[in-house]
Amino acid sequence: MIRKHILIALVQDRPGVLNRIASTIRRRNFNIDSIAVGRIEVPHLSRMTIVVEGDDAKVEQVRKQLDKIIEVIRISDITNDNPVAREMAMIKVKASPSTRSEIIQITDIFRGNIVDVSPDSLIIVVTGNQDKIDTMIELLRGFGIRELSRTGTIALPRGGAGPLTIEEDKPLRHAVEHVPPEDEDLPNW
Amino acid sequence: MMKTGAEILCESLIKEGVEVIFGFPGGVLLPLYDTLPRYPELRHILVRHEQGAAHAADAYARVTGKIGVCLATSGPGATNLVTGIANAYLDCVPLLAITGQVPTNFIGKDAFQEIDITGITIPITKFNHLVTDIEDLAMLIKEAIYVAKTGKPGPVLLDIPRDVFQGKTEFVYPDKIDLPGFKPKLFGHPSQIKKAADLINTAERPVIIAGHGVNIATAYLELKELAEKSQVPVVTTFLGIGCFPESHVLSYGWLGMHGMGYANKAIHSSDLVIAIGMRFDDRATGLVASFAPNAQIIHIDVDPAEIGKNLPVDVPIVGDVKNVLQVLNKQIVKREHIIWLSQLDEWRAMHPATEIRDHENVLPQYIIRQIHEATRGDAIIVTGVGQAQMWAAQYFFYDKPNSFISSGGLGTMGFELPGAIGAKVGAPNETVWCIAGDGGFQMTVQELATMVQEDLDINIAVFNNGYLGMVRQWQELIYNKRYFGTQLYNPDFVKIAEAYGIKGVRVSKKIDVRPAIEKSMAHKGPFLIEFVVEPEENVYPFVPPGKMLVEFLELPKPATSLKK
Ligand SMILES: Cc1ncc(C[n+]2csc(CCOP(=O)(O)OP(=O)(O)O)c2C)c(N)n1
Ligand SMILES: [Mg+2]
Repeated sequence: MIRKHILIALVQDRPGVLNRIASTIRRRNFNIDSIAVGRIEVPHLSRMTIVVEGDDAKVEQVRKQLDKIIEVIRISDITNDNPVAREMAMIKVKASPSTRSEIIQITDIFRGNIVDVSPDSLIIVVTGNQDKIDTMIELLRGFGIRELSRTGTIALPRGGAGPLTIEEDKPLRHAVEHVPPEDEDLPNW
Repeated sequence: MMKTGAEILCESLIKEGVEVIFGFPGGVLLPLYDTLPRYPELRHILVRHEQGAAHAADAYARVTGKIGVCLATSGPGATNLVTGIANAYLDCVPLLAITGQVPTNFIGKDAFQEIDITGITIPITKFNHLVTDIEDLAMLIKEAIYVAKTGKPGPVLLDIPRDVFQGKTEFVYPDKIDLPGFKPKLFGHPSQIKKAADLINTAERPVIIAGHGVNIATAYLELKELAEKSQVPVVTTFLGIGCFPESHVLSYGWLGMHGMGYANKAIHSSDLVIAIGMRFDDRATGLVASFAPNAQIIHIDVDPAEIGKNLPVDVPIVGDVKNVLQVLNKQIVKREHIIWLSQLDEWRAMHPATEIRDHENVLPQYIIRQIHEATRGDAIIVTGVGQAQMWAAQYFFYDKPNSFISSGGLGTMGFELPGAIGAKVGAPNETVWCIAGDGGFQMTVQELATMVQEDLDINIAVFNNGYLGMVRQWQELIYNKRYFGTQLYNPDFVKIAEAYGIKGVRVSKKIDVRPAIEKSMAHKGPFLIEFVVEPEENVYPFVPPGKMLVEFLELPKPATSLKK
């Protein structure tokens, strides 16, 4: 089945990581929908959220290839875990005295914020899932969009410890320990 | 003690057991080349083209099981390594490529001979790094070598700017590494191994497919134990040739496009495929949708990304082949497969892939067989790519691991000469034969000078068929004999050898074949034989692209002209 997949990864901050990840995905002929990277609470580590569209089995192949990159500590496909996924968009819209109030209304409905006002335009900031932002952009298109910037999706799995959670008593697995934990059964292909 | 970057590199390599560097100097490497003579433990072999350095290091690694090291200067030196690195990547060879780089304050400015070699080699290395700080150098060397050798081996690259070679710092070689993202699984999961054992203990028509992974993991004895105890026939992949003795009663050749007919038939009819350290390459499987249609598949490989990549498997086991087989063998019961094995023997009699036609001219297959007889099979065969490569794989019988050295994954013409250099340097006491096509030979011919300079006792057989033979064969069989761009105007190969200071002979008669081979082997130092062979000889069996393994074509010939 071809659909959007959300992959989350914990990576070491080293030069070239982003390059390697993008290159591995490109080699398999996937389009990257979005990729978002940021530091996390642990020094020298970053978290990535990668959205790609593709067939389930092929995405799993890419995930395994990505997992081989030395700087990738863990990577997980959370598409089926009903994750909380959000992105943020900044939209600069043309606004005249006659259209301004209508734009403000739309912004309110979508729980956006107006963060800058100038004589002939407004900048709106909105967060939400991709569909919501797509819809809002569609509605604003009629007024004239001057500039648009989106962050791409970031996502967290719901509930307790997620696949990337670093627990204090369980340090990251190091290369010297090769024995797989007993409970880690391989999926049946 | 304070050391320069160049000294740190040399001392770290020595600590890692490196003995040989195949290299070629240049401006940014001068500080290193000024340091190398102070470390006589590191033998520097000057090649004539950096591609040769990478291939030589590659073959050296395959023969010795150690890491191969090649060295090139920035810019064109580094880009010349690329083919060789790609070759090592596809054949899983542990290779450390060291490139010089322009000084750090010039990087990013399109300086003279500056090229982004770490960017270029991202898709063909397991790990690469531009070393911008001398403080990181020792650790990065340690990490690079560890990564190259561990799990599924492969090439790594360190790009070292000139000022890092010249800088100074306190040198302490690290004893630990910290790569939390590098997590090769070396031990198979017990319950998966149990499932595999159950299948093996009940299968009626099992076949083992043993790949290059058996060589890499040195799991020869474990493989032999598995095969003998459960009486399972062994077919190897092309790169697996030699990992199981071909003279063993349970050996049934190798599979794939030019593999033995009986091997392909065995796999097609089996009810259980035990794939060990191989990756179901398209040249091995034929039409993948019809590969072993009635078999369950056990796939043992150290690389989880190989599992289920090309075809679905029933029992995947991720782990080092040796470790997995050791556990598996304890759960295997003694079996007999008399009917199955006699069926295979029948197929072998029907498709005698290793017999040689009677012919007045010099057949390439005949030459290979004569080399086999003259060496009594005790030699390392290094090949180029094409028809001669396939005949070398078919007509020599390999009983020793790593005695067949060939470019399998990338299929790199030009591998033969530098490959033979690496093999001879790695195994100086072995007889080395370089099997070269007339096309491939000319791609790296300059390495003849390296052989002379290093006085390497290498036997070179050039198969002069006047064609890029393998491509001509496809044009003949698939494009209705429309030959284009495959005919070679050739130089006088014996004179070329002479010009390099190498003795040589040309052989165009059958009776001269064996004496020339003997003469070459008796000669100390490199020796070249130009064999003028039957020009339009084809490699059979041949599974045309897109066909099933059992749809192989064989040489149309009357049975009476067969000769043992
Ligand atoms: C570098 C490179 N270029 C092109 C090819 C495609 N190719 C595969 S086999 C072959 C012919 C090889 O000719 P030769 O070395 O004379 O060997 P022969 O097949 O005649 O024995 C060619 C061109 C290749 N494998 N490698
Ligand atoms: Mg040829």
